[in-house]
Amino acid sequence: MPDRPDKAYFFGTCLIDLCYPQAGLAGIELLQREGINVIFPQGQSCCGQPAFNSGFPAEARAVARQQLKCFSKDYPIVVPSGSCAGMLKHHYPELFVGEPEAEEARRFADRVYELTEFLVKVLDIHLEDRGKPIKVTWHSSCHALREMGVVEHSKALVRQLRNVELIELQKEHECCGFGGTFAIKLPEISAAMVGDKVADVRQTGAELLLAGDCGCLLNISGAMEYQNIPIPAKHIAEFILERVND
Amino acid sequence: MTEQALVDFRANFAKALNDKQLRRNLTKAMDSLRLKRKAVFADKEALERLRSVGNAIRRRSLSKLPELLEKLEKKCTENGIQVHWAETKAEANQVFLDIIRRHQASRVIKGKSMVSEETHLNHFLEEQGVEVLETDLGEYIIQLDHETPSHIIVPAIHKNRDQIAHLFHEKIPDTPYTEVIEELNAIARKTLRQKFFAGEIGVSGVNFAVAETGTLCLVENEGNGRMCTTVPPVHIAIMGLEKVVEKLEDVPPLLRLLTGSATGQMITTYFNMITSPRKPGEKDGPREVHLVILDNGRSNILADPELRQTLQCIRCGACLNHCPVYTRLGGHAYGYVYPGPIGSILTPQLEGLQNAGTMAFASTLCGACAEVCPVKIPLTDILRLLRNKSYDTQDSPTAVEGHGYKKNVSEDLAWKGWTAMNTHPAFNTLSTRMLGLIGVHLPRVGPLKGWTSVRTAPKFAKKSLHQLAKERGLSDE
Repeated sequence: MPDRPDKAYFFGTCLIDLCYPQAGLAGIELLQREGINVIFPQGQSCCGQPAFNSGFPAEARAVARQQLKCFSKDYPIVVPSGSCAGMLKHHYPELFVGEPEAEEARRFADRVYELTEFLVKVLDIHLEDRGKPIKVTWHSSCHALREMGVVEHSKALVRQLRNVELIELQKEHECCGFGGTFAIKLPEISAAMVGDKVADVRQTGAELLLAGDCGCLLNISGAMEYQNIPIPAKHIAEFILERVND
Repeated sequence: MTEQALVDFRANFAKALNDKQLRRNLTKAMDSLRLKRKAVFADKEALERLRSVGNAIRRRSLSKLPELLEKLEKKCTENGIQVHWAETKAEANQVFLDIIRRHQASRVIKGKSMVSEETHLNHFLEEQGVEVLETDLGEYIIQLDHETPSHIIVPAIHKNRDQIAHLFHEKIPDTPYTEVIEELNAIARKTLRQKFFAGEIGVSGVNFAVAETGTLCLVENEGNGRMCTTVPPVHIAIMGLEKVVEKLEDVPPLLRLLTGSATGQMITTYFNMITSPRKPGEKDGPREVHLVILDNGRSNILADPELRQTLQCIRCGACLNHCPVYTRLGGHAYGYVYPGPIGSILTPQLEGLQNAGTMAFASTLCGACAEVCPVKIPLTDILRLLRNKSYDTQDSPTAVEGHGYKKNVSEDLAWKGWTAMNTHPAFNTLSTRMLGLIGVHLPRVGPLKGWTSVRTAPKFAKKSLHQLAKERGLSDE
């Protein structure tokens, strides 16, 4: 287990900034409860993934450079999203190959943790569940699963909550169809995918859907709301904080 | 421009997605193939070791491809196999026709071969008055229905049993209707058996060609491949030039990876290793064996160190089986011979980005394909690279045909605006606040239109996390 730091950076992600600030705040509070001094650089913005995946690497690099600048000190960088964390950790080094910041990007990448990974692996967090019994289900984001490999940490946190019953999806590891600009560029395919994901969520009988990535949440909860399916969806950080605070 | 420059991807996608029967057939079939693969590769560590071996073998083969191809030609020639080089699809088809004409033949029986689909061999030969019969059960089914393969391994996977039962009843003379699988198999077997005897030329693909021995390896489950390569007096095999491996000992790991990844089998029912035509004194086997080695743009792909990894593919189809997009569309919607993730990286390179570039965008980059690829092709990285090239107008020695085809002012401007917003904190603060204030009232046009066709619009928060963090006094170091 890595040494427990005093300070940690929080990379809020653009989607949390715009649509899910409460999830970001919850992540920050979970770290603070563990005694971490959380640093939030105000100059931070987006990891650059939208451009990186859409054929605009120069634009992605320009935005990535802004993050290198804002998170320059030697603190761990905690990210409440497997997808953005995957971008920072695995794609920044390749994005800066042959650039003056190549070494900086590699060192930056080494400091990146997904939030639940950091809570489990670095802080060895123990959760005291104060909430009422509830059945939840969990959607694994593709990049949390395949790039960051942190899904087991997220689910381990949910399982620490003794009044929470986790019912797994039949196709937990299948993409929800978000894919960033994919959902906009090829909306019909995306719609078919999220439609199947919603059906999978429903068949679990869960009262709440949890995920660790706001892209997936925006997609799946937007589709459930459109279909008037009364299953709320929440970022795992927000859910955990509610359970331990109640 | 190629003959298929007008593939209307969006219309194809919509049609496939609306075909409920197709969606059901595909879901059932892909679920089953995934489970079978998982069962045969139960030991994850062993699988990872095997994938690394497979990757190393394929990389080594490609790194000395010209040398290995020369060796293969030399060995094959020594063994009595006649080797023909074809730079284009048309050249490959002409080689077939010349051999067929030389033998005054008119009946060809074929084992499964995706490269022959790539050259549209059947269509070409039929136009020349040659009868071509597909003998792989799946290929036979779709040939009856005048379709193309919808999957590179299981070509009729888009059809269910009922559909095949109706097809046999309607298309094969004197065939009573039955839905019993054994009876359907028996009907196909009986029909095909007569054709095997009458076939004058047998055609097959090649799974691996071994340079050191001049051996053509053919993996199959039905025995039709063995019939096509042993019964007729002439056998013509066709392969893409990337299918060569260096040594015989390279074959077992690749074979294991291929059968396990493709159909979840430890080994297939038949595995043919063809090293020569019938030798003097032997009682069976073809009197002539030909090998057609097709380039069709592959040497261009080889020239680019990153794109080259596309050619590592051993055509197992696991990336199709695990792709959430392929699973919902099936193969026909892609409009080209190779569908799914491997098709989406290969086809734009073979046919030009201007024709097939959309395929590189038909992915969420979820990574399921790269996760299962038995030879570790970084499919998502290559998809991303092809997206970059779609907007990249700069010429280079290894540029992909049609690069820069997507470049346009409005997207350039949009990404420039996005970059400005995300590199200037003050601008970012302003635009975030604006969205928080007016976001709900944004008109449902442009990007939001597709989104809101099945979802509610995103709800922009009144206060951004930046603001909340500031209000809580979080340190901004």
